[in-house]
Amino acid sequence: MSNDAVTAIAEPQVTRNRRAAEFWYYFSENKGAVIGLVVFAILLVVALLASVIAPHAPSAQYRDAILVPPVWLEGGRAAYPLGTDAVGRDILSRLIYGAQYSLFIGVVVTTIALVGGIIIGVIAGYARGWVDTVIMRVMDIILAFPSLLLALVLVAVLGPGLLNAMIAIALVLQPHFVRLTRAAVMAEKSKDYVTAARVAGAGHFRLMFKTILPNCMAPLIVQATLSFSNAILDAAALGFLGMGAQPPTPEWGTMLAEAREFILRAWWVVTFPGLAILVTVLAINLVGDGLRDALDPKLKRS
Amino acid sequence: MLKKLTFAAALATATILSGAASAKTFVFCSEGSPEGFDPGLYTAGTTFDAAAHTVYNRLLEFKKGTTQTEPGLAESYEVSDDGLEYTFKLRPGVKFQTTDYFTPTREMNADDVIFSFDRQMNKDNPWNQYIAGGSWEYFAGMGFPELIDSIEKVDDMTVKFKLKRKEAPFLANVAMPFASIMSKEYADKLEADGTKEKLNQQPLGTGPFQFVAYQQDAAIRYKANPDYWNGTQKIDDLVFAITTDAAVRYQKLQAGECHLMPYPNAADVEAMKANPALKVEEQEGLNIAYVAFNTTQAPFDKVEVRKALSMAVNKQAIVDAVFQGAATPAKNPIPPTMWSYNDSIQDDPYDPEAAKKMLEDAGVTDLSMKIWAMPVARPYMLNARRAAELMQSDFAKVGVNVEIVSYEWAEYLDRSKSKDRDGAVILGWTGDNGDPDNFLDTLLGCDAVGGNNRAQWCNQEFDDLVTKAKESSDQAERAKLYEQAQVIFKKEAPWITVDHSLSVVPMRKEVTGFVQSPLGDFAFDGVDLAE
Amino acid sequence: MVRFLFGRLAVLIPTFIGVSIIAFSFIRLLPGDPVALLSGERVMSPERHAAISAQLGFDRPIVVQYLDYIWGILRGDFGTSIVTKQPILDQFFALFPATLELSFCAIIFAIVLGIPAGIFAAIKRGSFFDQTIMGTALVGYSMPIFWWGLLLIIFFSGILQWTPVSGRISLLYFFPPVTGFMLIDSLISGQAGAFKSAASHLILPTIVLGTIPLAVIARQTRSAMLEVLSEDYVRTARAKGLSPFRVIGIHALRNAMIPVITTIGLQVGVMLAGAILTETIFSWPGIGKWMVDSVFRRDYPVIQGGLLMIAAIIMFVNLIVDLLYGLINPRIRH
Repeated sequence: MSNDAVTAIAEPQVTRNRRAAEFWYYFSENKGAVIGLVVFAILLVVALLASVIAPHAPSAQYRDAILVPPVWLEGGRAAYPLGTDAVGRDILSRLIYGAQYSLFIGVVVTTIALVGGIIIGVIAGYARGWVDTVIMRVMDIILAFPSLLLALVLVAVLGPGLLNAMIAIALVLQPHFVRLTRAAVMAEKSKDYVTAARVAGAGHFRLMFKTILPNCMAPLIVQATLSFSNAILDAAALGFLGMGAQPPTPEWGTMLAEAREFILRAWWVVTFPGLAILVTVLAINLVGDGLRDALDPKLKRS
Repeated sequence: MLKKLTFAAALATATILSGAASAKTFVFCSEGSPEGFDPGLYTAGTTFDAAAHTVYNRLLEFKKGTTQTEPGLAESYEVSDDGLEYTFKLRPGVKFQTTDYFTPTREMNADDVIFSFDRQMNKDNPWNQYIAGGSWEYFAGMGFPELIDSIEKVDDMTVKFKLKRKEAPFLANVAMPFASIMSKEYADKLEADGTKEKLNQQPLGTGPFQFVAYQQDAAIRYKANPDYWNGTQKIDDLVFAITTDAAVRYQKLQAGECHLMPYPNAADVEAMKANPALKVEEQEGLNIAYVAFNTTQAPFDKVEVRKALSMAVNKQAIVDAVFQGAATPAKNPIPPTMWSYNDSIQDDPYDPEAAKKMLEDAGVTDLSMKIWAMPVARPYMLNARRAAELMQSDFAKVGVNVEIVSYEWAEYLDRSKSKDRDGAVILGWTGDNGDPDNFLDTLLGCDAVGGNNRAQWCNQEFDDLVTKAKESSDQAERAKLYEQAQVIFKKEAPWITVDHSLSVVPMRKEVTGFVQSPLGDFAFDGVDLAE
Repeated sequence: MVRFLFGRLAVLIPTFIGVSIIAFSFIRLLPGDPVALLSGERVMSPERHAAISAQLGFDRPIVVQYLDYIWGILRGDFGTSIVTKQPILDQFFALFPATLELSFCAIIFAIVLGIPAGIFAAIKRGSFFDQTIMGTALVGYSMPIFWWGLLLIIFFSGILQWTPVSGRISLLYFFPPVTGFMLIDSLISGQAGAFKSAASHLILPTIVLGTIPLAVIARQTRSAMLEVLSEDYVRTARAKGLSPFRVIGIHALRNAMIPVITTIGLQVGVMLAGAILTETIFSWPGIGKWMVDSVFRRDYPVIQGGLLMIAAIIMFVNLIVDLLYGLINPRIRH
């Protein structure tokens, strides 16, 4: 009996290496995903080296250069490649520093939502009974509100600001992870290797997080990429509504909100921050699509 | 674009009012939705523009473009010798508006006046609580419950107000929107129908325009009141197009979708002035932004310290950075458009060197202080945070270290009242009734310490002057007293007076007859559109 | 079916109670004293403050306030706005048709373009056409719609001057609302040009709000079609020599539509979230803008009532989608 259990546990370990190779094969098949990954890597480098790359400090105001158009337009200046905003700040530099904020928001929000979601989801899926019911009802309640509206009201409760916006968005994205984890745990729990591990005397904690969880990571990874791009979009939307990062922070959504009054006078102040958001989110979604194709066996077949 | 619209307008109105193809529609891109249509219940200027200045009149009105009163629904008034009785003679022959929801059968009389005030002061009046959660904010705010002893009907066309104490600003107060005269006959009908709340939804008064419809958060429609006692308007229809975003208001003005807009973005004003289709009118607003020291705490209890800090602030820089020039540096606690403004007063010059020396002479070194910055934009201070940052660097030049603090708005207002508050507070005031008392006594009187008097400053000499001015009913004498009070204020410097913001009104070239109100109202009686 | 319905309701009711508790407690957690805000810079005397608090019921124990609130809702009374003093339900019903009309147009826009695009992409799988459509869909799916709206305004309203800047209809037209839908009301009114004006005001907001659902529907249709096309019965039908049109039009499409319908149902929540941004950009007088304005005005009862009603709508639509799904696909009932 105990011998059976050992082989049953060992089996997933062996397949994992094979899976990784297979995964990379399918992922690199998808050209879009590779492009997305490259763009994302570039963004990451830009964000990390912002203070080296950026030609100006993000909040330095050049009073002699207010609303200067981009360099290729008449009146543009080489010192401000993408032009300046209403108080004479270099837009390119602000966008470069803004990459730091967006990626930071994505990482922090996804981590909070993922870790929180996994813990709650595993507990619900493993414990079942009333604990499960209560947890799932609470998740239903959160999902009953449109996410942006809930985040907006939450930020109003907590006070406008980047940190509170991140907390609110993480909370709103959480239920998806809880539901996924719970479903996966319930599916895995009834499988033989789990039963075997339990019989072999593995404790609850070990069973939950060491035995079952690694086997339900695929959908969670895909969901995490989705959340990453959603977090960036929602944070920018909150910034746009005046409830996210506060001026003069060079967060892209906040920059858009400040630029709104110039839409008919200085298109570049409005266009570039939005373009930066779009490119970032698009890159992450491309990677997400690649991940899903590579991890989801059903789509692989078709 | 414009041509197309006028053509469409002609078509549209032709179908509405068959025959009147040349109807003139004036569109005002207003900045927000009205809270309701009963001016007594609210305090926002947006609501007053939509209800009080269109549909209603008051016993006295502010003369256009001034803060002086002139006869309105009262033809004349008399003040008793003891200053406690005000007798108003009503204007005969004033008709209430005839609308599709009500047809009046009688003209305005004393019953209407008494109804309009009694509902706000008498808890037993059936209209005192006709809106759940409603309260008579301005009536209470102007101290009327404690001021008015009784209102009597002398005869059909005469009403007598008895006051509990002498109060000269009373006359300005009855010209305020909350004192609008409603129709008792209309109210009685609504009460009989069991639809009292309609008074706040379908207003009916004696004013230049009558209410047609309100499309929530989109538009309010009026048409000229054909029976208006002061002459029918030149425009036929008036529309308030509710447009909360200043950039969008500007776009609509450019496109000819509206004729006049309030509150432009400071950044757009230059372009507006350059646009040949538009004209821009500017006027100092009836407001003041100030930094109030806590004058009860050391070292701010010393006049020299307050004076020195006042000299350390570069007001022009604040005006430029926060208002892009759409404000003027302030030297007095009341704005220049207000009567009794003392223009002979010299402002403290911006002089960091002298300021630093004054502080040293006063024995103040290594001073650290807090400056409170409001979390919200107000007309008198669009960005308190930015202003505070500028002051921080100004004060650093004279060796004073500043920490900027801020609280949530309601908390800010509440905490800043406290007598043992730590720090100087950025705050301001927008005048209600154009009376200097509304600034000088309300904000700086001894009674207001621990309340509106954020400087916690009680100067007996100053207080005597403003109290005396309040009780006198001779305006020339009052003006003199207020001028003296401003001299004392400047000498004592309980505030750093920062700025009076300009009210900037862009409109299309064809608009004629619009007069800016120093009170910040937008009233459209008398406007016309040139061909 | 009936058992299924009751099963769903048994889950919905506790959820709704939870939603009401959340909405109710949120606004009590909001910082700032709503009563003090009424008077702004003007100082309110403590007695008056207490009187108004009592009038608004803020002085009673929180549980009593909550039960009162629920009792009110059961009688159709959602309270009154602190700012406007108008009943919240009246405001909601005055504004909801605007949001409904916009959402409806947006979803139609998304379906009409999204389903054919998805089908063709699936049929021509791997082609340039497929890649273009799916690439565009992913861009749409990644779009920050508040920026998208601004771009469209710059281009179509600013440069080309084709479309109006904001609002639902030119102010020169006025007629009393009959249905609340401007497109229909403008036709009923019989005023020349009114319909055209209403339609031109709808174009940009529809595109902006419809962008993300369009992308989602196109992607979902494509993958559902791909799945169905690989099923045995479709292959059999093809092998039997049925025309491709019949195979796709009758057999494949019907089965592929099941997940697509679910997707469309799920877009309702997305739409209401999108309406917050779209309505703000275009000054569209609907409930999304109403909620944003109320948050900024700290109009607590409105935020509370609005949250509750919006959640109720989403739950209701999800229930309908579930039931429809159960009707189409009897297997999931148990």
